[in-house]
Amino acid sequence: MWDYSDKVKEHFFNPKNAGAVVDANAIGEVGSISCGDALRLTLKVDDDSEVILEAGFQTFGCGSAIASSSVLTEIIKGMTLDEALKVTNQDIADHLEGLPPEKMHCSVMGREALQAAIANYRGEEWKDDHEEGALICKCFAIDAVMIEEMIWANKLRTVEDVTNFTKAGGGCAACHEDIEAILEKVLAEKGEKFDPSAESVSKPAEKVAAVKAPLTNLQRIKKIEQVLESLRPSLMADGGDVELVEVIGNTAYVNMTGACNGCQMAAMTIAGIQQRLMEVMGEFIKVVPASEMSKLVNIEVA
Amino acid sequence: MTDIYLDNNATTKVDPAVVDVMIPYFLEQYGNPSSIHKFADGVARGLKQARQQVQALIGAEHDSEIIFTSCGTESNSTAILSAIKAQPNKKEIITTTVEHPAILNLCEHLEKEGYTIHRMPVDKAGRLNLESYKRLLSDQVAIVSVMWANNETGTIFPVAEMAEMANAAGVMFHTDAVQAVGKIPMMLQDTKIDMLSLSGHKLHAPKGIGVLYLRRGTRYRPLLRGGHQERGRRAGTENTASIVGLGKACELALEYIEYENTKVKAMRDRLEQGITEQIGHCFVTGDMYNRLPNTTDIAFEYIEGESILMLLNKAGIAASSGSACTSGSLEPSHVMRAMDIPYTAAHGTIRFSFSRYNTMAEVDKVLEVMPGIVATLRKLSPYWDGNGPVANPEQAFAPTYS
Repeated sequence: MWDYSDKVKEHFFNPKNAGAVVDANAIGEVGSISCGDALRLTLKVDDDSEVILEAGFQTFGCGSAIASSSVLTEIIKGMTLDEALKVTNQDIADHLEGLPPEKMHCSVMGREALQAAIANYRGEEWKDDHEEGALICKCFAIDAVMIEEMIWANKLRTVEDVTNFTKAGGGCAACHEDIEAILEKVLAEKGEKFDPSAESVSKPAEKVAAVKAPLTNLQRIKKIEQVLESLRPSLMADGGDVELVEVIGNTAYVNMTGACNGCQMAAMTIAGIQQRLMEVMGEFIKVVPASEMSKLVNIEVA
Repeated sequence: MTDIYLDNNATTKVDPAVVDVMIPYFLEQYGNPSSIHKFADGVARGLKQARQQVQALIGAEHDSEIIFTSCGTESNSTAILSAIKAQPNKKEIITTTVEHPAILNLCEHLEKEGYTIHRMPVDKAGRLNLESYKRLLSDQVAIVSVMWANNETGTIFPVAEMAEMANAAGVMFHTDAVQAVGKIPMMLQDTKIDMLSLSGHKLHAPKGIGVLYLRRGTRYRPLLRGGHQERGRRAGTENTASIVGLGKACELALEYIEYENTKVKAMRDRLEQGITEQIGHCFVTGDMYNRLPNTTDIAFEYIEGESILMLLNKAGIAASSGSACTSGSLEPSHVMRAMDIPYTAAHGTIRFSFSRYNTMAEVDKVLEVMPGIVATLRKLSPYWDGNGPVANPEQAFAPTYS
């Protein structure tokens, strides 16, 4: 059985807002019956203020699909449509105190149903831009379709390349055989042959570095500040905040303040910040709570 | 009431009598059976007795046809890899689309190495077509591997007949019988089955012990080479306690085989009948007239299996499902897909598998909670409207990217 958080169980066993909203004026239907998950989200939106007055869900799916639907309706009730559009699948997962990697797509389905419903309200057509493949890397929840696309787009040749571009295979490494099989398949389609000892194409981080000079520490700090600034609004929406305390090499020490302080989800939030920093800066950044700093500095000094 | 275990095709409780015979092999007779001292002198006898107990359950002609392995998967891999190594010129394998992953994934791997794999399809009731099977048999085929009984539906394949046909064509025949051994009587010496896999933990022995039955005279190449254990056919120090435990479990299984096919079957039938009578829009999958006595697999339409399992679990009932979500894959069970069960039903399949430890009172308890569970989830389902499925469910609810 999956290791579901108490929050997931709570929303599964006692779902909120189950059923269709009567006289709904926004409907979003997404999912895939072949995968076994499908969701219809119905909203009652106030036409003047665009505030979501009521939200209801009907879900065909597993425990985490039902829990994701339930928590989504709770999150968006009372929001304006524009506010609701900012809700990410990570927000849904965070409200559920995390989801197993195989189940993250349940939160994606929730976000997509929301987008589809809002598009429906506004008379737009919502197109799904995501095709889901078999989950290959369980550490970082990367599927086969994503890996194939990246191999095509970036002319990847080795497992190391795939890890550098998608993170797949960068954790426990158990999926390396599967990644090799995908490489073999895609390279064969391109008329090439997979060679495990081939030279890797250069890492994205190195590419960035080759074009630009490597960041000085001051530049790095400024950049980190910029990224934190951009993340601040979503943290503050939850009543929290983040403060940069020190940067030593590739490690950024931060203080989680406000509601984030002592929150059980702080570790997850920090992981999210780290992810964002790495994406923007194109280099490895480790984000560590400032409370850990004295320990580390002492060790380094010693 | 204590928790109800109806997941015996997944694994079983170790019989206390099995535990009892194992204990001395941990604490007293822990010597290596190859050693010459008093810590080991009873061990060889214990192993011999266990071999004979297994022999009796499956009706093998000789006890030396029993090779102890670590599990069903090892037995399966050993059988198929042995057949292709012993006959390097034969590059084809015949199997079915509904085998256990222990066979399917191995075959897929061999396919990449250049083997041709014939995966026989099944019909909507999970049955094979023996005419097309006959056409596949040729001198190019290294081995046929067909399960005796399906783990999900309990459907029994006519392996004895299929082994005769393979034998007539000069083709080796293996059967993965981990679900069948101990549940239905068998007499291998009267068949042309060359190899058979069984697994201890499916019949109240511990996990980590299995058997490969190897008919005397069948050409064979070991998977594990090393010491002389199992007459050099499976090297590695014997798992003595578990082997002795498996022997005892086989003795008990033989004793209970009639009970399994009467009392256990009656419990299964009552549950199945009760559910299909009380709950609309559900149906039994597989070949109802040719099934293991302990298994029923029921598809509940318009709801999803993992959700059902979570609610069952909350009610203290353990079962399993063929839904995609329970395994973390993107497709429902390959067995359901092979039988062409529609997606709206395949994701909602629940397998109840019994053992001699279950009782009629437990059946009644499941019948008590099951209708409520199904109703709760259908209330959430976009395919359901009030008291029945929405009209034309597949059209009425057609989500993007379905």
